[in-house]
Amino acid sequence: MAKVVAVTGNEAVANALRQVNPDVCGIYPITPQTDMMQRYASFISNGKVDTEAILVESEHSSMSACIGASAAGGRVVTATSSQGLALMWEMLHIASGDRLPIIMPVVNRALSAPLNIHGDHSDAMGARDTGWIQIWSENAQEAYDNTVQSFRVGEHMDIRLPVMVCLDGFIISHSIERMEYLEDAEVKKFVGEFKNLFPLLDLDKPKSYGPLILTDLYHEYKRAQHEVMTKVKDVVLDVAKDFEKLSGRKYGLFETYRLEDAEIALVILNSAAGTSKDVVDEFRNKGIKAGLLKPRLFRPFPYEEVAEALGNTKAVCVMDRADSFGGYGPLFMEVSSALYHLKERPLLINKIYGLGGRDYMPSHAELVLNELAEIAKSGKIRTYKEYIGVRE
Amino acid sequence: MAETTEIRWHGRGGQGTVTAAKVLADTCLSGGRYVQAFPEYGPERAGAPLRAYNRISSKELRMHCPVLNPDVVTVVDATLLDSINIAEGAKENTIFIINTTKAPMEMREKLGAGSKQRVITVDATKIALDCFGRALPNSPMLGALCKATGLVAIEHLLEDVKKSFGKKFSQKIIDGNLEATKRGYEEVKEA
Repeated sequence: MAKVVAVTGNEAVANALRQVNPDVCGIYPITPQTDMMQRYASFISNGKVDTEAILVESEHSSMSACIGASAAGGRVVTATSSQGLALMWEMLHIASGDRLPIIMPVVNRALSAPLNIHGDHSDAMGARDTGWIQIWSENAQEAYDNTVQSFRVGEHMDIRLPVMVCLDGFIISHSIERMEYLEDAEVKKFVGEFKNLFPLLDLDKPKSYGPLILTDLYHEYKRAQHEVMTKVKDVVLDVAKDFEKLSGRKYGLFETYRLEDAEIALVILNSAAGTSKDVVDEFRNKGIKAGLLKPRLFRPFPYEEVAEALGNTKAVCVMDRADSFGGYGPLFMEVSSALYHLKERPLLINKIYGLGGRDYMPSHAELVLNELAEIAKSGKIRTYKEYIGVRE
Repeated sequence: MAETTEIRWHGRGGQGTVTAAKVLADTCLSGGRYVQAFPEYGPERAGAPLRAYNRISSKELRMHCPVLNPDVVTVVDATLLDSINIAEGAKENTIFIINTTKAPMEMREKLGAGSKQRVITVDATKIALDCFGRALPNSPMLGALCKATGLVAIEHLLEDVKKSFGKKFSQKIIDGNLEATKRGYEEVKEA
């Protein structure tokens, strides 16, 4: 029986981790993640889990400790945000390069400077090329569900890769919302026993992780990482199918909302997608064929599927809550690459919104959808990339 | 009431406004409703003006942004009336619930409230001082909100106040808050 509760996103994810009861958790606080790891530390202190906490002096150390524990043969988690993820950067590559299925909720927050503690996607987008799987979540329910599913994806014997589960800082991490918990036993059974692959602690069969490989085989090693990423989509879908049987909640590589016959569409990640769906409904009520695509699996990015889903639209705006200064927003670049191979493709624009926690309001979605309707009609684009919601 | 009720709370840091919004969300879960509670996060300082929000709906809540057009405006600290426009974005039938010693008619005039807008007052600070000796008006404000909106039965609210305050406080403080919640419910005045 599912239990309906009103909790914050941080509390929801901390409970998902509690239900999985991993062997080791690297803990270092950073706003807005702090409250999640604080709750997990309470679970440890109160004997709700038998996880070994490793309290470290930085996120670089936290990821290093996780790498050690994972290579030793444990099921390992940690969580971070913003500067914390940035500080982990070199170790992120080692976790993925060593094929260690570490699970890490990332509570998305802006990067300094200037200092800002609020939600945007600059942190996780900066970790795009680190070889981690990335799964994104709209609300507390999705953050919880994605965390539970991420263990099955990362630990799959054909995959063995670390996974980031992304949720919006404050907007989701600190807001209370209604959601449903699965039973502890259901989660335990769904996730299953942790299976080892080449554990260092198997002393009868000594092995080494991360040795020196020069020009002879490094290139092949990296190709193997690319190859394994191509298998992730199918595993994500298989796990989602099993999860639907358990929870009744359906997940895919992305979510489409009223996109089937849409002429104009938004592509938008996380919490702002929810706000946008209400506005899409308003446009539909006015007789305008609007729709939405919300990516879930960002790494690996499902190019063919996204292209197919957006292929019949006339104009699309990709909304980024992060920027690649001097380039387009990171999500735009992916969608743009996905659509390039189509013979007929929608006109495409990029809007940057909500940096540093700037509120994304329904009026912003309206503004963009109105512009898209105009583009669809005239075939003319005024500007490809633009910041919206800017104080002038 | 409409299928979704949006509430905006105005308070000052340290008055328990955010806690009140959280308790309300928890209480309104009953009957299968969807709820949200979230503060506007800024530098957290005692005495600084802050806003918090609730959404309560029979439909799934997907909106993740501040409430712009509140159905209910709850003012936990009446001194805010002179420094900010608490009626910003109000609808023609918005309910204002104000913690004040003043009469509801006086508040109605001060706000320039429209004929369909309801103005409700409660001396929540006095109730809090009477019941548990501290100027923390959040629990009587919850009682007043419960009476004014009918969003939830007072029995459910009292259970949730007990549960929520029970995590942090002594029995004496819990009992005081329960009494304060009840009195807030009973002592609302409307003009």
